[in-house]
Amino acid sequence: MSTVAEERNARAPWALTAPALMLFVGVLLIPLAMTVMLSFHDWGQYKGIEPVFILKNWQEIATDPYYAEMFRRTFRIAILTTLLTALLGAPEAYILNRMSGRWKSFFLLVILGPLLISVVARTLGWALLFGGNNGLVNKLLMSLGVIRSPIPFMFTETGMVVALAHVMMPFMVLSVWAALQRLDPQIENAAMSLGAGPVTIIRRIIMPQIMPGVLSGAIIVFSLSASAFATPAIIGGRRLKVAATLAYDEFLNTLNWPLGAAVATLLLVALVLIVVGSNALIERRYAEVFR
Amino acid sequence: MAYLELDRVAKQFGAQTVVDDFSLAVGKGEFISFLGPSGCGKTTTLQMIAGFLDPTRGAIRLEDKDLTAIHPAKRGLGIVFQSYALFPHMTAAENVAFGLEMRNVPRADRAERVRAALAMVGLAGYEDRHPRRMSGGQQQRVALARALVIKPSVLLLDEPLSNLDAKLREEMQIELRQIQRTIGTTTILVTHDQNEAMSLSDRIVVMSQGRIEQIGTPQETYEKPASAFVSQFLGKTNDFAGTIDRTATPVRLVAGSWSAPAPAGLSGPVTVSIRPERIGFGDAGLGAKILTRIFQGNHWLFQCDSECGPAIVIRQNDGKPQPTEGEAVRLTWRPEDMSVRARTGG
Repeated sequence: MSTVAEERNARAPWALTAPALMLFVGVLLIPLAMTVMLSFHDWGQYKGIEPVFILKNWQEIATDPYYAEMFRRTFRIAILTTLLTALLGAPEAYILNRMSGRWKSFFLLVILGPLLISVVARTLGWALLFGGNNGLVNKLLMSLGVIRSPIPFMFTETGMVVALAHVMMPFMVLSVWAALQRLDPQIENAAMSLGAGPVTIIRRIIMPQIMPGVLSGAIIVFSLSASAFATPAIIGGRRLKVAATLAYDEFLNTLNWPLGAAVATLLLVALVLIVVGSNALIERRYAEVFR
Repeated sequence: MAYLELDRVAKQFGAQTVVDDFSLAVGKGEFISFLGPSGCGKTTTLQMIAGFLDPTRGAIRLEDKDLTAIHPAKRGLGIVFQSYALFPHMTAAENVAFGLEMRNVPRADRAERVRAALAMVGLAGYEDRHPRRMSGGQQQRVALARALVIKPSVLLLDEPLSNLDAKLREEMQIELRQIQRTIGTTTILVTHDQNEAMSLSDRIVVMSQGRIEQIGTPQETYEKPASAFVSQFLGKTNDFAGTIDRTATPVRLVAGSWSAPAPAGLSGPVTVSIRPERIGFGDAGLGAKILTRIFQGNHWLFQCDSECGPAIVIRQNDGKPQPTEGEAVRLTWRPEDMSVRARTGG
């Protein structure tokens, strides 16, 4: 009798997770597997997609420096965005954490702001401020004589990094903030009573403890920036492509689906490797803080 | 003369006065406890000494120097926090060494002092452990070693034992007292536990609602409580309503059927306080009936219904027969064991 009950108990978790599992398999794993398979198919201007197994697309990506440049740019932008959000977001979270109740909730809303605004409105807002000769800031600075020609923003990597950092900031701030919540509220007083000044307290006591928060925020920001589509598409357009916009163009403009699939697959694999690798590294390095 | 002196210190948060008119002179090497219920201002007072809060009024002096003018990082006080506030990313030895590092103690000297401090608190061999891998008691010891290794002028303890279980707490109390006696550091302990305050301190400062109720040795505060609050907060006590009968000669103090020559200087309604262990059963005295009798090993605890309301009596288990439940008894005590206060209101 007991074995029957045990058997039923052992099956229960599977039965309960089955609906979600099926959805996961149906809408994520199967399309993903099909995309990977698609990347090995052939394509021609007139013949369309041919379901054969060839390495043509992968060879093209590996040999043509155009693609290498594209991936280098993608990861350069993602790294710079990550650095920028870490440099600005960590102090921002620290200051936010020290604010009193009402101001804290107000500024938290301000920080979450970019996520609440549509990507198109937000990015075009940047364009209005810095876009060419007609951008508000550029016009102001030029009329004041600070600069002679407009600061280039549209179709530049700088523009992409700034716009991406803007929208990624909440992820970094919230991640660091979560780490700050785990801090003993008396820890700064303890360090101070032992003779540490404010700089030493931040460098020796606070920083090492929030580092895991900064790094997990960095992983989120990095992977989201590297695979970001909308912001690079608006700022960079056709002129300055990244991996995501390149895959999009191959799919929808050139109609070379297999090549687009190969680009998308490579981006995915690279991101997974980077994220899993750095995560393992962080967990080993900060084992004592994570416990 | 006084080593650490608090002179009419007060702290206000907005309109709320948390500590008021707090004056205390602490001698060098003394162990003082701030005792009171939560919200009585004891921790606030400690934080003002530490420098985490500035007093609204009054002065705090250490060896006649104004302490409030010195930045908390420069005060050189050792503090053990309720949560210990250890640095989780550092080993026990690194935690203890931090204060020495801030004082630029040479590396070799530092290692030696860290080792000695950890050995003193019984943690020799735990140098490379991280705090999160240690038990609560061990963390507490690291926090103590970290505070003591800098040879602080005053050691401040903010409810350091409240997170430990009862048995460990008792062990730590004894150990804390021994360490303090050995190195002779002036110590201030904040606690809400009267047993802890009594077993550790030279003097107790009993606080209530931001004010000092009484300053005295543990024995004084227990046996001669200055107010009803002190007598009730420090252990169990019986309060009986009595009156001073001025028509009798000599003037007598009467509580129910119990009476004694009245103490000088009081008249009218009074409150008579007697500790339960000072009450005995006799042939004459306050009439009472025993409601329950509880055996507690080395003593008996009696709950009685007396002429003057409920009463608790504690008798040593000396092997003699004790009254049983339901028995009518007479409660009696020596006049010098009671404290008598004028009764106001009801």
